[in-house]
Amino acid sequence: MTLDVARIRKDFPILERQVRGGQTLIYLDSANTSQKPRQVIDAISGFYERHNANIHRATHELSEEATAAYEGARVKLASFVGARSAAEIVFTKNVSEAINLVAYALGNASSGAPAHDSAGSAGSAGRFRLGPGDEIVVTEMEHHSDLVPWQLLCQRTGATLRWFSVTPEGRLDLSNLDDLITERTKLVALVHQSNVLGTINPVKLIADRAHAVGALVLADAAQSVPHMPVSVQDLGADFVGFTGHKMCGPTGIGVLWARRELLDEMPPFLGGGEMIETVWMDHSTFAAPPHKFEAGTMPIAEAAGLAAAADYLNEIGRESIHAHEQALLADALAQLTDIAGLRILGPTEPADRGAAISFEVDGVHPHDVSQVLDELGIAVRAGHHCAWPLHRALGVQASTRASFYLYNTHEEVTALADGIRQAQKFFGVI
Amino acid sequence: MQIQSLYQEIILDHYRNPHHKGLREPFDAEVHHVNPTCGDEVTMRVALKDVDGDPVVTDVSYDALGCSISQASASVMSDLVIGKPVSEAMRISREFLDLMQSKGKTEPDEDTLEDAVAFAGVAKYPARIKCALLGWMAWKDATGRALDETTGQAS
Repeated sequence: MTLDVARIRKDFPILERQVRGGQTLIYLDSANTSQKPRQVIDAISGFYERHNANIHRATHELSEEATAAYEGARVKLASFVGARSAAEIVFTKNVSEAINLVAYALGNASSGAPAHDSAGSAGSAGRFRLGPGDEIVVTEMEHHSDLVPWQLLCQRTGATLRWFSVTPEGRLDLSNLDDLITERTKLVALVHQSNVLGTINPVKLIADRAHAVGALVLADAAQSVPHMPVSVQDLGADFVGFTGHKMCGPTGIGVLWARRELLDEMPPFLGGGEMIETVWMDHSTFAAPPHKFEAGTMPIAEAAGLAAAADYLNEIGRESIHAHEQALLADALAQLTDIAGLRILGPTEPADRGAAISFEVDGVHPHDVSQVLDELGIAVRAGHHCAWPLHRALGVQASTRASFYLYNTHEEVTALADGIRQAQKFFGVI
Repeated sequence: MQIQSLYQEIILDHYRNPHHKGLREPFDAEVHHVNPTCGDEVTMRVALKDVDGDPVVTDVSYDALGCSISQASASVMSDLVIGKPVSEAMRISREFLDLMQSKGKTEPDEDTLEDAVAFAGVAKYPARIKCALLGWMAWKDATGRALDETTGQAS
């Protein structure tokens, strides 16, 4: 079923804005953050207008409603990614925090912190302990949020960081898969869909190798979950992180999905109210997952907003959204490869590739490209897009990135191509 | 286009033909600065000479990778500071920084800033202010280090 984009665009109030003194907004920066439909905005303000209270703690009616909104969001998000139970959904403030949560679980286990979970046993957590001689494997195409936490973890524990290289075509070099992932590997962290290249990585293939040698796998799904159906049962990873603000939800809320038995074993991340079971002055015991990992007052209204976003995307149909993006992608790849002096980073065919396109323009720096585009009302991103090592690996100083979502049109693709040519004219390269 | 106010002809000229570009010897200090948001970078060398007890900038040489604003600004900066006493160059630098932070509300002094007044439009585009300042910050850093090196010595 093809998307009725005109109708969808009416759901997004911001798309009616004019920018730069009279230009219609052409928003091609959804990989950075997505725009929000009225339904999500109303869910958040509606929560504050009619249901606001703290959750779990009080017996009054408002608190019951707030709790239902929050825990209801958890159930909804579990279903959204095919989790077996809502207890496997941990809310965080964003996907960076979700990844750090796992990194700190490994770090805390390594420093010998006992995890008295509600079953009463000190978590053996052997597979979470790491030290000198152990290895964490990442890739050269990671967003800094799936790289820096592992650098810090290795610094803290003495473990070694290793990584998959990127090919000039923008794919992972898997030729040394069996050398890279070995019995020394504790965890492999990799991006599902690259925020720069659009590349979709073979998570299952890599996870199979990781599991064969006893390693855990974390997938950064920040750019995939918003754009296509993703099932954690099929993806192959043990941990999957994604974030609300890239899937038409609000900022301030992210999700870590993890297999229940792992969450049971992992020591806490942040300590505080709500994540406890019993508290004395000199020690505490901790709640069962997921609450063990949610300290203090969580982003409750944001959870309501995220649930509304999940509903919104489901109602339109994530397969349809994906098909629409693939059509825009094919159109954009064709129009952009037609521009002399423009080089696309990464795969230039739509297969196994999401709808973010990063590119260089000969003789025009990305800042200058994006400045001219901005003047035309077109919002893109310029720089290294939080993937500096990736740019270095590809021999690129910086790039311009356009990214597409359900509310973009083919006319906007053409406007992008025209705008790039205008930038080339302005800077005298054509 | 409003961006004509950002991309004045002077800026585009300096971008196409940057003055004093290239790394030269001798030099008294070299620094490497990077803009973390975009990866623009500059390697800058400063050579000073003692004239009647006052350090004077004799050469600024640089190698830079970056956008038109950052490249042009480094070029204009080198024109402005070479041949001047460090104290005067630092004053010019301060005035340029004020211009960048003015949000477009102040009139730049063309006598002091000369070609650098062309960057007045940058103050209205906050995302580009760091671009315009990259070369200046590198020069200040290099000059500071050169002065540390040569404290008490005539060169």
